[in-house]
Amino acid sequence: MADNKGVMILAEVGDGKLAAIATELLGAGRKLADDLGEELSAVMIGSGVGALAQEAIAFGADKVYVVDDALLKDYRTDSYMAVMEKVAKEVMPRVLLMGQNSIGRDLAPRLAFRLDTTATMDCVELAIDPDSKMLLQTKPVYGGNARAIFTSESMPQMATLRVKAGEPLARDDSRKGEVVNIDAGLDASAIRTEVKDTVLEEIEGIKLEDASVVVSGGRGIGGPEGFKDLEELAKLLKAAVGASRPPCDNGWVPDTIQVGLTGKIVSPDVYIAVAISGSSQHLAGCSGSKNIIAINRDAEANIFKEAAYGVVGDWKKVVPAFRDKLKELLG
Amino acid sequence: MNMIVCVKQVIDPEAPPASFKIDTASNSVVPPAGVPPVISPFDEQAVEAALRLKDAMGGTITAVSLGTGLLRDVVKKPLSMGADELVLLEDSAFDGGDSWSTAAALAAAIKKIGEYDIIFCGRQAADWDSGQVGSGLAEILGLPSVTLAKKVEVTDGKATVERVIPDGYEVVEVSLPALITVSNELGEPRYATIKGIMAAKRKEPVVWTPADLGIDTSQIGVAGRRTKMLRLFQPVREGTCEIIEGEDEADAGANLAKKLSEAKLL
Ligand SMILES: Cc1cc2nc3c(=O)[nH]c(=O)nc-3n(C[C@@H](O)[C@H](O)[C@H](O)COP(=O)(O)OP(=O)(O)OC[C@H]3O[C@@H](n4cnc5c(N)ncnc54)[C@H](O)[C@@H]3O)c2cc1C
Ligand SMILES: Cc1cc2nc3c(=O)[nH]c(=O)nc-3n(C[C@H](O)[C@H](O)[C@H](O)COP(=O)(O)OP(=O)(O)OC[C@H]3O[C@@H](n4cnc5c(N)ncnc54)[C@H](O)[C@@H]3O)c2cc1C
Repeated sequence: MADNKGVMILAEVGDGKLAAIATELLGAGRKLADDLGEELSAVMIGSGVGALAQEAIAFGADKVYVVDDALLKDYRTDSYMAVMEKVAKEVMPRVLLMGQNSIGRDLAPRLAFRLDTTATMDCVELAIDPDSKMLLQTKPVYGGNARAIFTSESMPQMATLRVKAGEPLARDDSRKGEVVNIDAGLDASAIRTEVKDTVLEEIEGIKLEDASVVVSGGRGIGGPEGFKDLEELAKLLKAAVGASRPPCDNGWVPDTIQVGLTGKIVSPDVYIAVAISGSSQHLAGCSGSKNIIAINRDAEANIFKEAAYGVVGDWKKVVPAFRDKLKELLG
Repeated sequence: MNMIVCVKQVIDPEAPPASFKIDTASNSVVPPAGVPPVISPFDEQAVEAALRLKDAMGGTITAVSLGTGLLRDVVKKPLSMGADELVLLEDSAFDGGDSWSTAAALAAAIKKIGEYDIIFCGRQAADWDSGQVGSGLAEILGLPSVTLAKKVEVTDGKATVERVIPDGYEVVEVSLPALITVSNELGEPRYATIKGIMAAKRKEPVVWTPADLGIDTSQIGVAGRRTKMLRLFQPVREGTCEIIEGEDEADAGANLAKKLSEAKLL
């Protein structure tokens, strides 16, 4: 156990770039590595990804392990498992971090069991205990109603970090680091799943995760027509449209715009929650917003506990007047 | 098709946030008074996924629940929805585990059940929101796994799974036996029928102890834990919301626009 050293992160690549989650993990990992006085390494897996290793260094990595293989072009549980198992056993990090996203959610628990260790999922804070040097893993539980701080003694100490919970470092291209290539050594026949198709539900306009203003509707919107009103407001504000879970489950809007614990995590400057009660699971996806504005006819709704400004009333009356006045003010 | 569904009893996750309380002395959650526990919602959807396959091609469904204080009315829900058997791992030795020891105990029970084509789990239990037990089971049992399913079909010994990704879904084919975790995009679970409820009432669950599973108690419950919880707390909310008023609701809406524009937010 004493042999495990350093902090390792999985640096995902998407659309030929370092993914946002990779820079967030590098930011969080850098701080942990500095507190331990040890190295921060990044693992980059894919096909033709080697060129991005320097970018990971610019965002904080001391060392980048590149595993480049045509078989790794797309994420598959079995192939990524095999690669991460190999890298983790070779490098023996003390801490191993991934993002709480579709790869990390799938890969981290399974890898933890394979490496005979354990993982804490969906952490919002990671720190090194100054005395024990153990990784303190803070994770929301009970849908966000509470938080728990966990430690584990088995190595590597694994955790996934919630999207947007890590602060990326400023890119510094003068940073120096080492790039190490590791052979994937994959056996194609050991990959037991095959992706037949990927179906993307493209949403027009600004991406929800990147928007600085989000207009979100809840169950109280009542149906797909109501979301047309919200879209009109969003257009005026150059905002993206989001939703709580019921509108998605009811098929009023696509599943891909769900905000929350099991949907997207957003942190815009302004989050306008219309006819959303403010369940802990919904707030998990938007409580990082700088300002929450609530429109709800129930003065007791939990959303008002999180909001900076609010109107108590029927959205069908409030929203059109709000929109018209804004139109006038924004001229 | 033989299917196993892992189903956890949890504190109702939809109980109002204000009813949520922690006992800091014992680092534990105080169940809200008058709110009965439920089957974790994603696990109900896992049962639904299994039932849809049973409807299409026949077969049996065995539900497995681990815990203490399992209310029969709650854990029998899969039976009343149409599952065939119910196995309970109900023994204090199983209690207080983490994902690791929970998966170890469930894996031992699944081995004892024997034959299966698909094991279904929820994407995450609605209390600790961990989402590890499914993948852990797959790893222990040496099975391929597909997580976050919204649709599952089986043809020629293979399952075709629509797996939720942030901007849509992937169509993943996996050989059987396999483990599949289910997400809410699968759709509403069915209601129990009167016939189902009557059948569930008559059905006695099978209860297994660690000895029945031949598992060493050092592997399960508190003893088998790999993680230590240092602290459980409720984050404080600052919460000062300025309520914007007006002559009527529309006027309040217009005043909100003025306010946000004055505050340079919009
Ligand atoms: C007082 C207290 C202290 C705790 N301390 C710790 C701790 O120190 N460390 C820690 O990691 N956890 C701790 N826990 C939480 C722990 O008991 C979890 O319940 C355990 O980790 C199981 O994983 P999960 O609930 O997170 O399941 P997940 O991994 O989220 O569950 C995924 C799926 O697995 C299946 N599943 C999970 N559990 C069961 C079950 N019991 N029966 C049937 N199917 C199931 C379901 O299909 C579920 O949808 C504590 C809990 C309590 C009450
Ligand atoms: C494990 C788990 C994960 C979950 N993940 C998510 C998630 O990621 N995202 C998510 O959103 N939910 C999630 N949920 C569901 C969550 O618990 C709530 O059920 C959900 O967020 C409620 O959505 P809502 O606020 O739109 O609906 P409700 O709680 O029904 O609230 C509707 C609100 O609309 C108001 N209203 C109604 N009519 C009007 C009107 N005419 N004018 C003004 N106001 C009106 C009402 O006063 C009420 O406050 C999850 C649940 C579980 C158990």
